[in-house]
Amino acid sequence: MTPGELFLQQLLNGLTIGAVYALIALGYTMVYGIIQMINFAHGEVFMVGAYLGLTAVLSFGLATPATGGIARLIIVIGIAAIGCGFLGLLVERVAYRPLRKAPKLSVLITAIGVSFFLQNAVMLGFGAQDRYVPEMLPVRHWGGGTVSITPMQAVIFAVSFLLMLGLQGIVYGTQLGRNMRATAQDPLAAKLMGIPVDRVIAMTFAIGSALAGAGGVLFGVYYSTINFHDGYLTGLKAFTAAVLGGIGNLPGAMLGGLLLGLLEGMAAGYISAQWKNVVAFAVLILVLLLRPRGLLGERLAERA
Amino acid sequence: MKRAVLLLLLFLLPILDPNPYHTEILSTAALYALLALGLNIIVGFVGLLHLGYAAFFAVGAYTYALLNLHLGWPFWVGLPVSGLVAGAAAVLLGLPAIRVRGDYLAIVTLGFGEIVRVVVTNLEDWTGGPNGLMGIAHPSAGPLRFGVEARPYYWLLLVLAAVTAWACARLRRSRIGFAWLAVKEDELAAGCLGVDAIRMKLLALALGGCVAGLAGCVFAAKQGTVTPDTFDFIQSMMILAMVILGGLGSVAGAVCGAVILSVAPELLREFAAYRMLLFGLLMIVLMRVRPQGLFGSR
Repeated sequence: MTPGELFLQQLLNGLTIGAVYALIALGYTMVYGIIQMINFAHGEVFMVGAYLGLTAVLSFGLATPATGGIARLIIVIGIAAIGCGFLGLLVERVAYRPLRKAPKLSVLITAIGVSFFLQNAVMLGFGAQDRYVPEMLPVRHWGGGTVSITPMQAVIFAVSFLLMLGLQGIVYGTQLGRNMRATAQDPLAAKLMGIPVDRVIAMTFAIGSALAGAGGVLFGVYYSTINFHDGYLTGLKAFTAAVLGGIGNLPGAMLGGLLLGLLEGMAAGYISAQWKNVVAFAVLILVLLLRPRGLLGERLAERA
Repeated sequence: MKRAVLLLLLFLLPILDPNPYHTEILSTAALYALLALGLNIIVGFVGLLHLGYAAFFAVGAYTYALLNLHLGWPFWVGLPVSGLVAGAAAVLLGLPAIRVRGDYLAIVTLGFGEIVRVVVTNLEDWTGGPNGLMGIAHPSAGPLRFGVEARPYYWLLLVLAAVTAWACARLRRSRIGFAWLAVKEDELAAGCLGVDAIRMKLLALALGGCVAGLAGCVFAAKQGTVTPDTFDFIQSMMILAMVILGGLGSVAGAVCGAVILSVAPELLREFAAYRMLLFGLLMIVLMRVRPQGLFGSR
């Protein structure tokens, strides 16, 4: 493999996982944008999405390796996204809404509580060992030579791109999106204008969680094994991506996700796979110290 | 007087109840009480939301482990050195981070915490990588025999925690404590009154880091081994959860939060596989019932 080919391959691999990070990062950034809260349980919702996807594949026999793999994959993604959307609603209702007027740090504790609960619920249901996710698409390497893109990678790009486009459509093209933006700007004023703020916040959680659920399925089929611990590190990285792009900013989360995936891919290719996590976090710290608002973000409130 | 009796009672507890399993839980609770007290200085007193506190715990543990394994330093020399090194690490990592505020600081500290863990995991020549370091010497002190048994460690940790709690309570009512409170409530106003906010924050980080270093050293000596996965993000969050559950800034609260959250999983043990599930629920319920923490004001 020539240096150029290595670069290209790592670029492709990095962008693939970056697209998944971007999907999860959107959930962090939407919630932060609307209620200035870091939803630390979001990574676990992503993990639940991966397991919902696995359940759907196994129970409906969707893994039969004949034709129509993409259609089946989309059904699985839909199931996981809807399931996670409802999970997001539930989490918000049980663990966050009752504490909206409480000191800001108390939701951090309930978020950890939710994380423990979801992790252990999945562990009890599916076991602590890695679970194998069956192939949904034929394994092929397009591109002939040493640089190749698999059908799975192409689907990940396409699906994440479409979902982000859809989100953009919701936020800027519907009444719900208008309500969301109004609430993010000033919840009190939004309420005075007759916007059902509580419901808007709940919908924000639902949409963010649905995206994370879709991300979970893509993650599962891409790496072909999942574990109940996966939510923690991937969630942390997606969060990093959200910050990198400027937390609270939707295009920022997408850019941050792709960029973080890219940096990780490069670190894995040129340094070593073990150090790629350090690279991710080192970049995060550098960005925060040099440009705390992130790449596309605006200035934030100062208090935690 | 009441406190002296309570302390004496705590001291006698492993003699009154010689069950080694109970003593083990007690020593874990004392260790977490020490850690929660240290983090409370940073988060509770001066208001820096720190999400990577386990890193200083790790620095303390690995400092003693390396000094003991390579240079043969005894525990009693290693203990203060571990504290100092961890305190210095807290200041060093704090220097660049201290300029950013609020949520951003939280994220920077989270990043540093992860970096410390990943560096420790990957510097295999020094730290043994993911397998960690083994064969760290237990302390020795005259008639008191430190071995694998938990009791002497419990006493040592109890003394350390009691001294730290006492020092924290004193500090809070000192000039430094008031300066911390001023910085926490309104940094700009504090600056106008002549409080050097950066120095006060660094001081809190140094002291908090130092306490974590002491805890790390005792932990390494007690276990005889250290592995990097002990010091992950979950660990940082658990210690923070103890501080918040107790009520930010409250010394008694930090101790109670630590005891509750380290004993609860043991009490839930009869539910076997469901215990961490219930533990998660318990955290949600506790916060919904008392959002400001057990001893919190407001």
